[in-house]
Amino acid sequence: MIERRPVATLLSHLVVVLGVLIVAFPVIVALVAASQTSEQIAQSVPMSLVPGDNFLASMSQALFGGKTIYGNTLPPVAPMLWVSLVSALVIAVGKIAISLLSAFAIVYFRFPFRGLIFWMIFITLMLPVEVRIVPTYAVVSTLGMLDSYAGLTIPLIASATATFLFRQFFLTVPDELVEAARIDGAGPLKFFKDVLLPLSATSIAALFVIQFIYGWNQYLWPLLVTTREDMYPIVMGIRRLIAGGDSATEWNVVMATALLAMVPPALVVILMQRWFVKGLVDSEK
Amino acid sequence: MGSIALRRVEKTYGHGPKAFKAIHGVDAEIADGEFVVIVGPSGCGKSTLLRMVAGLEQITGGEIAIGGRVVNRLEPSERDIAMVFQNYALYPHMTVYDNMAYGLRNARVPKAEIDTRVRRAAEILELGALLERKPRQLSGGQRQRVAMGRAIVRQPQVFLFDEPLSNLDAKLRAQTRIEIQKLHSDLGITSLFVTHDQVEAMTLAQRMIVMNAGRIEQIGTPEQVYGAPATTFVAGFIGSPPMNLLPGTARANRFEIEGASLTLPGAAPREGALTLGLRPEHAQWQDGAGGEGSWPLQVELVEMLGAERLVHGRLGRAPFTLRIDGTLTPPRPGQTMALRVDAQRLHWFDSGTGQRVA
Repeated sequence: MIERRPVATLLSHLVVVLGVLIVAFPVIVALVAASQTSEQIAQSVPMSLVPGDNFLASMSQALFGGKTIYGNTLPPVAPMLWVSLVSALVIAVGKIAISLLSAFAIVYFRFPFRGLIFWMIFITLMLPVEVRIVPTYAVVSTLGMLDSYAGLTIPLIASATATFLFRQFFLTVPDELVEAARIDGAGPLKFFKDVLLPLSATSIAALFVIQFIYGWNQYLWPLLVTTREDMYPIVMGIRRLIAGGDSATEWNVVMATALLAMVPPALVVILMQRWFVKGLVDSEK
Repeated sequence: MGSIALRRVEKTYGHGPKAFKAIHGVDAEIADGEFVVIVGPSGCGKSTLLRMVAGLEQITGGEIAIGGRVVNRLEPSERDIAMVFQNYALYPHMTVYDNMAYGLRNARVPKAEIDTRVRRAAEILELGALLERKPRQLSGGQRQRVAMGRAIVRQPQVFLFDEPLSNLDAKLRAQTRIEIQKLHSDLGITSLFVTHDQVEAMTLAQRMIVMNAGRIEQIGTPEQVYGAPATTFVAGFIGSPPMNLLPGTARANRFEIEGASLTLPGAAPREGALTLGLRPEHAQWQDGAGGEGSWPLQVELVEMLGAERLVHGRLGRAPFTLRIDGTLTPPRPGQTMALRVDAQRLHWFDSGTGQRVA
């Protein structure tokens, strides 16, 4: 705001505060709920927003599972966190690696049907996972990849978006740089490693953040390909904690699990924020 | 050693009916240690030719030899050349030091040797204090010097320059021109320099190659090219302002141009359709009608350049430019000047082929 009028300042602050509240409120509720016991949550309707003193207990129950006061046995979340972490990392790193290489091939090598291949990749942009989920499931199950990290990650690795992003970036790298590298005796792979990769560093960081969260938040696909409990990612774990039918739901544990599920993506965003923003706005080559 | 031989070199882009021939069989010999400038208008194929020598463009026909070795099928890095690009093409993420060392590392030169060479080049180019900087922290002129440093450390047989001065401002360009000349006389490495700027070409070249439309128009020293242009193209391209070219018909010692009949100081080399060339500085003049044998120039416009003035006017209906001393009282537009010319200063070209007759 360039204008300095009290009303405008007040209004804009009001909007910002409202926005923060809307975003922050669910997180606050989760925090508060995790700090109460399940009886406290069950007894007061609506739920009290005064934090209780049961936070650490809820957390440890969520992480390590065990019997609850209602007599339910809860599965531990720690292994699920591990499954989620591995899948998200493999998906993010795999997507970046595959996209970098395919963009490199499309931009720097002349081979038959190059244009056609690029457009085929481009068209898959229009097909989200859900559209091709049945055939993909058939393929994965035929290959015997159900209930494995391979099944959880490989089908999600191919990425037209990332390929397209890197292609656009590579196209802005001046031809003279490629030629200078040729004169300097750098072969294609050396050029890729020594010049293209360092230049793409910020884009890679930005993409890593986006793809890590994408991988972390997968729900539908793991639901299909995993049947063994030790292969469940945490997002599925949250859902499974919400009991159906007659049994009571331990809301404090559900909320603690939700908080645990939020931590890694939040950490990735916070730690890589500087690079992330740079990667999205930087145009300096 | 570092000689370059071009034999019937051709370049065609595309295939079949859409094919475009960019270079039509070029022949040239460049001696070891020579500084040769290729000059020509945009699109004449000069950069393509240089890039073929560098190995960045495939050679469609003919042969290129560097140091007596045919390099048609060699990778750029195997040709023992170094190139300075128009936009410098420095690796943006590497320091000045790494930019210069990169090629040597790829060639597996020992570390100590790399260090010696880079520091030596940095010393020559006064880059010593900048070795740890990144290219974006450098000015245009400094980047240019790093690009040259990258070429020097390779200790190649041949330097190739692709319009390296065109991104510098006028003052820096003049300065860098001198530095390049000094560098060449110190290192004595064969250099091939491409430019569209004829001042660069004239000042830098030991010999220049004037190209037009994929063909060589003339190869010669700057004096030869300026003093005896081989074609009307060269006559019109080299020199600023360019040579006056008057198409007409020669008969005995008269030359009929559009709207006037000029008396020649001597007979034309032959009768018939010819083009007469005369440099703007090569005519004596006086005010008013000059009497028998002088050429009447109808003044239209006078430009002041400082040390000299350019008088634009017409001989008959043909446009004609005259360069006169800036300190003299200039003629006014509308006035007539009488020109006198020396037979030795006249250039004659065939009107059909544009080739020099005498």
